[in-house]
Amino acid sequence: MQAALGHPFVIALPFVVGVLFWLVALRERRRGLITGQTFFQRNGTAVGLFLIAAVAFWAVFMIVLPQLFMVEMSFRPKLPPSAIGGPRDLYTLQNYHYFLFGSPTSSAEWNFIHIKAFFLTILASILVTIGNFLLCYPLAFYMAQVANGARLRFLLLLLITPYWVNEILRAFAFRVIFSSGGLINKLLLAAGLLHEPIDFLGMDVGMYAGLSYAYLLLMVFPLYNAIENLPKAQIEAARDLGAPWWHIHVFIVMPFAKPGIASGCTLVFMLTSGALAAPLVLGGPRSLWFTPIVYDRFYQAFNWPQGSAYAFILLLTCIAFVLAVMRFGKLSLGEITR
Amino acid sequence: MTSRSVLRVIVGAYLVLFFAYLFGPLIIMGITAFNTAPYPTVMPFEDFTLKWFDILFRDKDMMLGLQNSLKIGALVVAISVPCGLAGAMVMQQVYARARSFYYLVVVSPVLTPGVIIGISTVIFWKDFTGATGTGFLYDGIILAALGQSSFISAYCMLIFLSRLQRFDRALEEAGLDLGASNAQVFRHILIPYLRPAVLSAAVMAFLSSFENYNTTTFAILADKTLTTVLAGRVRQGSTPAISALAVTIIGVTVAGTVVYELLKRREDARKLREMRTAQEAEERELAVA
Repeated sequence: MQAALGHPFVIALPFVVGVLFWLVALRERRRGLITGQTFFQRNGTAVGLFLIAAVAFWAVFMIVLPQLFMVEMSFRPKLPPSAIGGPRDLYTLQNYHYFLFGSPTSSAEWNFIHIKAFFLTILASILVTIGNFLLCYPLAFYMAQVANGARLRFLLLLLITPYWVNEILRAFAFRVIFSSGGLINKLLLAAGLLHEPIDFLGMDVGMYAGLSYAYLLLMVFPLYNAIENLPKAQIEAARDLGAPWWHIHVFIVMPFAKPGIASGCTLVFMLTSGALAAPLVLGGPRSLWFTPIVYDRFYQAFNWPQGSAYAFILLLTCIAFVLAVMRFGKLSLGEITR
Repeated sequence: MTSRSVLRVIVGAYLVLFFAYLFGPLIIMGITAFNTAPYPTVMPFEDFTLKWFDILFRDKDMMLGLQNSLKIGALVVAISVPCGLAGAMVMQQVYARARSFYYLVVVSPVLTPGVIIGISTVIFWKDFTGATGTGFLYDGIILAALGQSSFISAYCMLIFLSRLQRFDRALEEAGLDLGASNAQVFRHILIPYLRPAVLSAAVMAFLSSFENYNTTTFAILADKTLTTVLAGRVRQGSTPAISALAVTIIGVTVAGTVVYELLKRREDARKLREMRTAQEAEERELAVA
């Protein structure tokens, strides 16, 4: 199919959807299914127009159209600017083919490097998410149910402070610790435990430590907010009835805090799998992480359609993760993104 | 030892470890900023120096990046606070059948990896400005601001939504009954009610923009911001000047937090005084009557 038809179609799409919803609403109002003031009666013309313009600009031009353009581009071939719109500009799956099988000239059967990096990224992100949950749950529980007043305020302040420092600097801090001339190697050498420094960065120890550090806060706060609402009486009742401590957590606190757990896990997974700073700063030359590969498709290979395809694959994975969390925890999107 | 005190010890040890993990790396990095050694290290601590700060402030790229970061931050606040406010108000009024669809659309940037937002922003605006002859908009600073705003607006919207949920619509109706126009009600009732939310949304938007890397590194094109310059420097090699930058950022934000806290306390105290004065006046009036 000719790719030149894509853009007008894509641009029209969000407006068509908007008009469809408006027509359905109009019909229901005429039938009396919707009563009360209309949008403009309630807000007045000026404010109403501002609301519509701002939301349309944001939702259509900043969210929907860029994503649709990226998806559309991922199905295009890489062409010199002069050939775009020409007879060779046909929709194709070649960018996805490249992800799976590599370039047509390579002899390998599969594109092992990229596929391996992809699955390693997903797996490591899941492990980081689980690790962060285990690390943060006791703290969140302590803050929500045990600590009070001044101590709670102090803990919250302590938690927030490190996050004013941006991601790159946080990754850099780990480099100071883990590099071959870094603190840990110096200490081990001085203690006589080592004779020559260990290459922690080459072994990706630094990268994984930096990744699990980077988004700790985004696990603590949703958990804390969810557990905070649990009435203390429920825990006391369970304790009085003789429940062991782990029963209280597994059967009372965690089910109650499910939306918070889901929200924290989704955010941490999404941010970790899409992390760019920690792999760039802490990864060795042989480290495999998916986002730097996407980055290279754009700015090393200058193959934008292929980069779009890779980005879309990452996006689909994140959507699949969110859907899995919603299905698994029987939650709605609103509960996750509170 | 009773089981209760054992538990206390365990909880205490856990808290200490957790915060050691949280602060340890930053403190070590902070110390390296004051060491004369040419690469960031704590051991051996050769001598105390401030020269890395001097080198940092003379770094032209960093200062240029800082300027761009401030510009982008201002643009992001100007875009995402109004968009977030409008998004939250529309959320409350939108046609019921479209609500979950609308929510999905506007909240999706929160759940989308930042690199993808950056990529898609560049792709769209490149084609769009090319096709509409508005090529001057295809500019790193504008694109970075647009890309960041797409998810920062969603954060702002969530802040406004939680405040709007506690809004008493009777106040609006009272204003309308007393003859105010819709625009006047918006201007004189809703906006003052939302003022604290507007403030916290603006601060949050600026800070998220300032420290953003993933979206910016794609959307900034050939320009640079503080974080992208920093990323380049870090990849080239380690120097204590980077640690000095971290110390500066921590210093500025801690100072900012303290000032904010003090201002808030003073404001609270002032409100309390006003309330007391009003109460006393009322009591006096009642006593006279």
